[in-house]
Amino acid sequence: MIVDTAAPTAPAPEIERVDIPGLAERLDRTWKTPKTLYGALASVDHKTIGKRYMVTAFIFLMLAGLQAAAMRAQLARPENALISPEAYDQLFSMHGTTMIFWYASPILSGFSNYLVPLMIGSRDMAFPRLNAFSYWTFLLSGLLIYSSLLAGVAPHGGWFAYVPYTNAQYSPGLNMDFYALALLFLTVSTTAGAINFIVSIFKMRCPGMSVSRMPLFMWSTLTTSVAIVFAMPALSAALIFLELDRRYGTHFYDPVRGGAPLLWQHLFWVFGHPWVYIVILPATGMASMIIPTFCRRPIVGHTYVALATVSTGIFGFGVWAHHMFATGMPALSTTFFSAASMGVSIPSGMQIFAWLATIWAARRHVLATPMLFMLGFICLFVIGGVSGVMTASVPFDLQATDSYFIVAHLHYVLVGINLFPVIAAFYYWLPKMTGRMLSERLGKWNFWTLFIGVNLTFFPMHIVGLRGMPRRVYTYPAGMGWDGLNALETIGAFITAIGVLLFVINVIKSLRGGALAGPNPWGASSLEWMVSSPPPEYNFVTIPTVISREPLWDAHDERTGPAGEIDDTPPDAARAPMRSFGAHAQVQTPQEVSDRSSTAELRPWRVLDDGKETLETTLLDADPQAILRLPEDTIWPLILSLALMGAFVAALFKAPVWAAIAGAITLISIAGWLWPKPGTYPAPRLRA
Amino acid sequence: MLPQLRAIYDTGPSMFATAGPEAQSLATLGWAMIAVGTIVFLVVMALLLVPLWRRRHVLSEEGPPELVNERAWVLYGGAAIPGLILAGIFVLTLGTMRASLSAGPAPLTIEVIGHQWWWEVRYPEQAIRTADEIHLPVGRPVKVILRSADVIHSFWVPNLAGKTDVIPGTTNSMWLQADNAGTYRGQCAEYCGMQHAHMALSVVAEAPGQFARWVADQRSVAHPPADSATLTGERVFLSSPCVFCHQVRGTPAGGQIGPDLTHFGSRLTIASGALPNTRGNLAGWIENPDRIKPGTKMPAIPLDGPQLLAVVAYIESLK
Repeated sequence: MIVDTAAPTAPAPEIERVDIPGLAERLDRTWKTPKTLYGALASVDHKTIGKRYMVTAFIFLMLAGLQAAAMRAQLARPENALISPEAYDQLFSMHGTTMIFWYASPILSGFSNYLVPLMIGSRDMAFPRLNAFSYWTFLLSGLLIYSSLLAGVAPHGGWFAYVPYTNAQYSPGLNMDFYALALLFLTVSTTAGAINFIVSIFKMRCPGMSVSRMPLFMWSTLTTSVAIVFAMPALSAALIFLELDRRYGTHFYDPVRGGAPLLWQHLFWVFGHPWVYIVILPATGMASMIIPTFCRRPIVGHTYVALATVSTGIFGFGVWAHHMFATGMPALSTTFFSAASMGVSIPSGMQIFAWLATIWAARRHVLATPMLFMLGFICLFVIGGVSGVMTASVPFDLQATDSYFIVAHLHYVLVGINLFPVIAAFYYWLPKMTGRMLSERLGKWNFWTLFIGVNLTFFPMHIVGLRGMPRRVYTYPAGMGWDGLNALETIGAFITAIGVLLFVINVIKSLRGGALAGPNPWGASSLEWMVSSPPPEYNFVTIPTVISREPLWDAHDERTGPAGEIDDTPPDAARAPMRSFGAHAQVQTPQEVSDRSSTAELRPWRVLDDGKETLETTLLDADPQAILRLPEDTIWPLILSLALMGAFVAALFKAPVWAAIAGAITLISIAGWLWPKPGTYPAPRLRA
Repeated sequence: MLPQLRAIYDTGPSMFATAGPEAQSLATLGWAMIAVGTIVFLVVMALLLVPLWRRRHVLSEEGPPELVNERAWVLYGGAAIPGLILAGIFVLTLGTMRASLSAGPAPLTIEVIGHQWWWEVRYPEQAIRTADEIHLPVGRPVKVILRSADVIHSFWVPNLAGKTDVIPGTTNSMWLQADNAGTYRGQCAEYCGMQHAHMALSVVAEAPGQFARWVADQRSVAHPPADSATLTGERVFLSSPCVFCHQVRGTPAGGQIGPDLTHFGSRLTIASGALPNTRGNLAGWIENPDRIKPGTKMPAIPLDGPQLLAVVAYIESLK
């Protein structure tokens, strides 16, 4: 076997740290969240929020996994009567909806939340309170949709809920109202989170981290966030139309009264296909961070990978109708979408070949668990990509669509390009978050169980699909050529479940006493590995400067700075006008900081210890531009989120009075959120 | 209970067990893409795995990283070569689409209407109305007009052609042609509610002479009862609520909501392919439809034992 178990070693010296006596303690006092219940509910720290996102999303993954296990048990043999059709419909609808909306995207938001400020050398996200609000809204919307499962009225229309089956005539009851309202509630969270990432990545990179030096994970998070902002409105519109049709007698989708069932499909997939890239691009960004570390060299074709990431995000908007080839569209339209859908695989091909080249030209292959998951990821990605190109071919798709072939394809894509990189990322970054390593031994067991289980579950689905088995059937007749393969898939599903369980055991063991990680256990190159594990609340004692794409592999002296690379004087006021973000983001000129700073020999805008301060820089070159003062912890985002939840529950039960009350609390919480604290925040002092 | 449905069909419903020109060209395209995809997969896996053990002992972390021809790897390997392969697949796709658009001479037209959860089949030129079973003459192109009575369904007979969605408010159409005589299974492919799993149909492709005889049989009104058992059955049937939904041409029963029963006895399956058409299965179905298809729109009709047997005898006599 080719697995190399040698412990990774750090290949290059780290940045020489600056050391200012007393500064760390001062920052600690400013940034610390008290360990009380109030502190926990009010925290706006991106690391806390990121961890909460990850834990919550992973719990949703396990819930949806249990639903999948129940379905596989039902399908283990033909004409099985383990689960009623009604329950089965709710199971596959909840499985898909949970995995797509409450696991696949939020888990990546968790990693991005934790990692973006650390990777760009900032002390928090641009809007920490909005960040807390995004999390609470994500959690509460998930609770809202899961409450339907407890009440036995879970959504039963599949995750894409085609009308008219989901309208009030064919789906009376609250099932589809839960779906529409919980999802609408979630879009608020997702959109707010995306805006936060965009602004943070654009404006809060540390000095020197010009666009060309941004880590590739920033490119993928940025692309994804922009795609969310453009894709979400289509989903929101589709859901609002659905609720209006169901509750208030409109006819957007009602064919009897001039509505169009296909309008739903267009709106849903205009959102839905970009969403596929939204849940895989950050994971490819993770791959572009992890693979170079274990090959001990910079990624090959950094610029191409960044370009490929952005172009995938853009082309992802032009392929939605390939979900609709069988609807009777004109041949000219299907031909166009067929070509576009094949074309969108080219940027993915570029990414894969960049990783292959990086592995080919490695300085050393370190086959630790994260790297094993990366190799598995490339394998599954290629299989999912090949079956994707096959379904992009219109005539073939007419056989494959809505059959188990599609189930196989979408699981290879989502398990391969979301779950595998996410597990790799846990093995890779969890030591940063907890300070403790995961077991490599258990990790290898984890990898092989999951890899074998996933392939055993999903590969036979290609074959049963081509043998004519439609998806979303709660049972099937014997003798059609599907029996043995379905039994195999069920066995695979349970092996997959063991794989996930091994991962959870590994995490628990690590938390209870894994080996200490130290700041940079893998010898990686990006800025998050510069600080202690786990990082202090304020992330960086001083805001770092970078002079390359791999700052930790290209050592330089922090005090003197690289000659010619970074302007050593404070930014000129005319060139870098002071600006303020919102009510809480106050600014001070670098000169004022330097006046009160005891460390005048350091470039002054890097100390930032007068309150929760961090640096704003210019969009392209990341030149220092202004000092941002970030808001204190507050409970208002949670109250706002609860009030919104109240409004959605009131809408669910058609209670206008309660909706009005919840609406009023919403407005009050927004006021509370934005209320300036007298004395704490001086008015912006702009340089004359 | 495992009904021996498989015995009814000549092949499994695989897209590669082709019985007509359309399915044949789709299968050819499918095999071509599977072959190309397999080669692509093997090449990528070789590029991924070979360096891992070939270079294992010669690598060194000293010195600068090896220079790599970025353009060769990423632009040629990752974009240009895949682009050429995709262009080839796209040309194949266009060729297959072009072949499938052309219709043959003298088509037969049938209408298929999707219901929750059964297929209504009409032959407008022959004035035939039946359910869950399509008969085709071998070698003749058939135009299928697709409509829905309620939600979206999808019409799929993998041995003969790809799917076409059946959408309310829209009329879709597709072409079927069977070149090999035989019985093929079709099934609804778009999730349409609780009994989506039990919404199958049979396609019987037969020689033109046999097809003509079938048409003649189906056009006729129901055969009158020939013995006392079926006569009793007819009386019970006509006085039961069955007639509100079901039609038996030649009798007062004229319901249009459910499947036409005029020639029920000639069909291969009952309850849209859920069970083979036998007396035992039919009795079980009438007695408690919800046990076989939970959620079905067909209610249980309160009949005592002798009445049930008589009705079963009557309906099965409707050949």
